[in-house]
Amino acid sequence: MPVEPASVAEVAEGLRGTGYLPGESTALVSFLAAKLGKPVLVEGPAGVGKTELAKALSRYLERRLVRLQCYEGLDEAKALYEWNYRKQLLRIQTEQAGAGWDAVQDDIFSADFLLQRPLMEAIASEDPVVLLIDEIDKTDQEFEAMLLELLSDFQISIPELGRIDARTQPVVILTSNNSRELTEALKRRCLYLWLDYPELDLELEIVRLHSPELDETVARKLVEVIHQIRALDLKKPPSIAESIDWARALLLLGARDIDADTFRETMSIIVKHRTDLDTVAERIGVKLGGLADVGHA
Amino acid sequence: MSDTPDFAGQLLRFAEELRDEGLAVGTSELLDSFAALEEVSWTSREDMREALATTLAKSQEDRRVFDLLFERFFFRAAEAEALDHDVREDGGIDPNGAQLIDMDALRAQIAAAVREGNEGAMRDLARMAIAAFGRQGEGSGVIGVDVQRIRRALGLRAEPQTDLPPDDPRSEGLPRENIREFEAHLRRELERATIERTRKLPPSRPLNELDRALPSGPLADLAQVHRIVTQLKRRLATQGHEQRGRKRHAHVDVRRTMRASLQTGGVPIVIKTKPRRPRRPEILVLTDVSTSVTSASVFFLSVLHALHDAFRKLRSFVFIERISEVTDIFERERNFKAVSERIGRDAGVADISGYTDYGRVWEEFLALIEDDLHPRATVIVLGDARTNGREPRADLFARVAEKAGRTFWLNPEPRLYWNYGDSVIAAYERHCEAFECWTTSQLEDFVKALTRPVPGAAP
Repeated sequence: MPVEPASVAEVAEGLRGTGYLPGESTALVSFLAAKLGKPVLVEGPAGVGKTELAKALSRYLERRLVRLQCYEGLDEAKALYEWNYRKQLLRIQTEQAGAGWDAVQDDIFSADFLLQRPLMEAIASEDPVVLLIDEIDKTDQEFEAMLLELLSDFQISIPELGRIDARTQPVVILTSNNSRELTEALKRRCLYLWLDYPELDLELEIVRLHSPELDETVARKLVEVIHQIRALDLKKPPSIAESIDWARALLLLGARDIDADTFRETMSIIVKHRTDLDTVAERIGVKLGGLADVGHA
Repeated sequence: MSDTPDFAGQLLRFAEELRDEGLAVGTSELLDSFAALEEVSWTSREDMREALATTLAKSQEDRRVFDLLFERFFFRAAEAEALDHDVREDGGIDPNGAQLIDMDALRAQIAAAVREGNEGAMRDLARMAIAAFGRQGEGSGVIGVDVQRIRRALGLRAEPQTDLPPDDPRSEGLPRENIREFEAHLRRELERATIERTRKLPPSRPLNELDRALPSGPLADLAQVHRIVTQLKRRLATQGHEQRGRKRHAHVDVRRTMRASLQTGGVPIVIKTKPRRPRRPEILVLTDVSTSVTSASVFFLSVLHALHDAFRKLRSFVFIERISEVTDIFERERNFKAVSERIGRDAGVADISGYTDYGRVWEEFLALIEDDLHPRATVIVLGDARTNGREPRADLFARVAEKAGRTFWLNPEPRLYWNYGDSVIAAYERHCEAFECWTTSQLEDFVKALTRPVPGAAP
C-alpha cells in the first residue's frame, strides 16, 4: 500500500532509507508535493540527482514510476495517447455487413482502441504513481501548454471520448536543465525546487553510502578534490554521479590514497572535456603534490 | 495557525515587496504558500522559508532575490518591534573605548573566525571591527563602501598573502564564502547601528541590481559584452565620418587614371582618385582595478578584452594607485581568463595601499601619452571616481579631455551614490560624458548614447 508521509522528517528519513540523501529543502518540497498534490519543478545543473529524486520518491512512497523522457519534437501522440489504427481497421473489416455506421463508429472510438502513452497511463492507473517528466526544457512551448491541463486538474480531454479524469492523484516531478526558460503558466502550477551541488559533508555521505567499502579518508579526500574542481571554471563540472563513479573506480583499483599518479590515471572519469582535462591536470594534479613527475605528462 | 489576521497581513506585505522586485507572485502562488505553511511547522524559520520559497520563487534568480528579501523583511520586522519596545542590543563597544582595543589581536581573531566560519564569533567580532575601524558614524555614508573599507583594514583576502608570517591565518588566504558572510554581518551591524542612532527605520530601498544579479561566471557574460562592443565599434567608426565631413580635395590615383585614359586614346578624361581609407579611431582605455570596484572590475576587464578584439589601435591601462599599460598583455593573450590572471599577477600596478589615487593617475597618464593625444582619439575611463580623500586633480583630467576628441567615463556605481562620501565624479563630469555602467544592458545604453550628436563638435 502506498505510504502517506506525515511530516518532513519522515520524508527525509524515508528517502534516506531508499539510498537517496536529500538536502533540507528537497525533503520539505517532496513532503509538500505529496501533501498538496502539486507538481514539482526541479531545476539544477546536470547530475545533481534530479531524476534520482523521482526514482527515490517512487521507492519510498511505494508507487510505480511512470517516466516520460522529453525530447525535441515530442508530441501528444507519443506523450498522451494515440488511436490504434490497425486495430480499428481490423475491427471495421471483421464487422458484419449488417452493422450500421453509427454502431461501428461508436465502437472503434472507445477505450479499447486507445494506446496509452505515459501521461495517460499515469492518470488512468488504478494505484497512485510517481510521474516523472524528464528534461521538460527539451520540448517545445506547445507541448508545455498541453501539459497545463494535466498538471493543474489532472485530467485529459480526448475529443472523441470526452474528459478522462485521474483516478488517483499522481506525484508529478518535472526536471529541467535550464536550457531554456519555461513559461510562466507552467511555473505557476508547480512548486519550485532548485537542486545544487551538495555541501561537502552531504556529498561525502552520499559517496560513502554508495561505496561503503571505500576508506573514509580516501572518500573525504575525493570529495574535497571534487569540490576544488567545481570551483574551477570548467565547461562541465563533475556531478555527484561522477564522484560516485570515481569512488567505485578507486575501489576497484584498490587505491589507498589519491596521489598525483592515481589522480592522473583516473581523472578522465570525472572530467570529460579535452580543455577541462588540461586545466584540471594543471591546477589540481600539481596541488596533490605527489612529488613524482607531475607536469611532464 | 497561519490564518491569524496579522500573520496573513505580514505575508501579504512580504508578497507585495516581492512583486516590487519583479517576482511574478500571483494570487494562486499566495494561496499555495498558505496551503504549504499549513503543512509545515512554522515555528521553524528554516522550514517556513523553504515552504515560502518553493511556492513563491520560481527560478534560481527569483530564489536569490527571495532570500535577500526574506532576510531583510524579517530583519526589519524584528527591528521595528525592537524600536517599539525600546530594546537596545547591549554589548556594543563605546566608541571612546575603541582606542583600547589591541588592533593586531583583533585582526588575528577575526581572521581565525573567518577561516573557521564560526558564525557566532563572526557576528560579535563584526561589531568590534566596526567600533575599531568604522570611525563611528563618520563613514562614507554608503554602507557598502564602509564594509569594503573595514574589510581592507582587516586585510581579509581570499588570495594567499605570503608576506605575512606563516602562523597568521591570513597567510594562506581565507575561504571566499566566509569573507562574504563576514561582510554580511558587518553590513547588518552597520544597519543596526544606523537604526539605533536615528531611532527610525530607513525607508526600504529596492534592491540594486548588483545585489540581485547572479554571480555568473565572467565567461558567460563575455559573449554578450563582445556583441555590444562590436556595435560600439560601428558607432564610433561612423561617427568619425560625420565629424570629418566631406573633404574638398582628393588625391589623384595616377596609375588608374592612366589606365582609364587608354579608352580615350591616352587623353585623361576620367580622373580616378585614390579611395579614401576610413581612419581607424584611436582609443585609450583606463580601467580602475582597485578593491572598491572589485565586483565591477571583472566586467570592466571583459569590456577591455572585447575592445581589444574589435579595435586595432587601442591602448589600455589599468590603475590603482599608479598606472600601468597592459596593451601588450591583451595583444599577446587571447584567453580572457589568462589575461585577467596575468593582470592580477604582474601588470605592475603598484598596489601599495589598495586605494585609488586619481590625481597621481592623471599625472602619470599625461606624462605617458600627452604627445599621442589628438582630436581623433577617444578616451574611456572605467572607474568609480572614489579618491579616498585624495586630491582629484580635475585640472589634469581636463587637460586630457581637452586634447582628446571625446572622453567618456563609465562608473560602476548606481547614480544614486555618485558624489556621496568620497566620490568626486562631479568634478570629472564637467569635462566628459559620464555613464552609469555595470551591466551589459547599461553598456548597451552607453553605446546608443554614442550616436547622439556631440554638443559643440567642431564642424
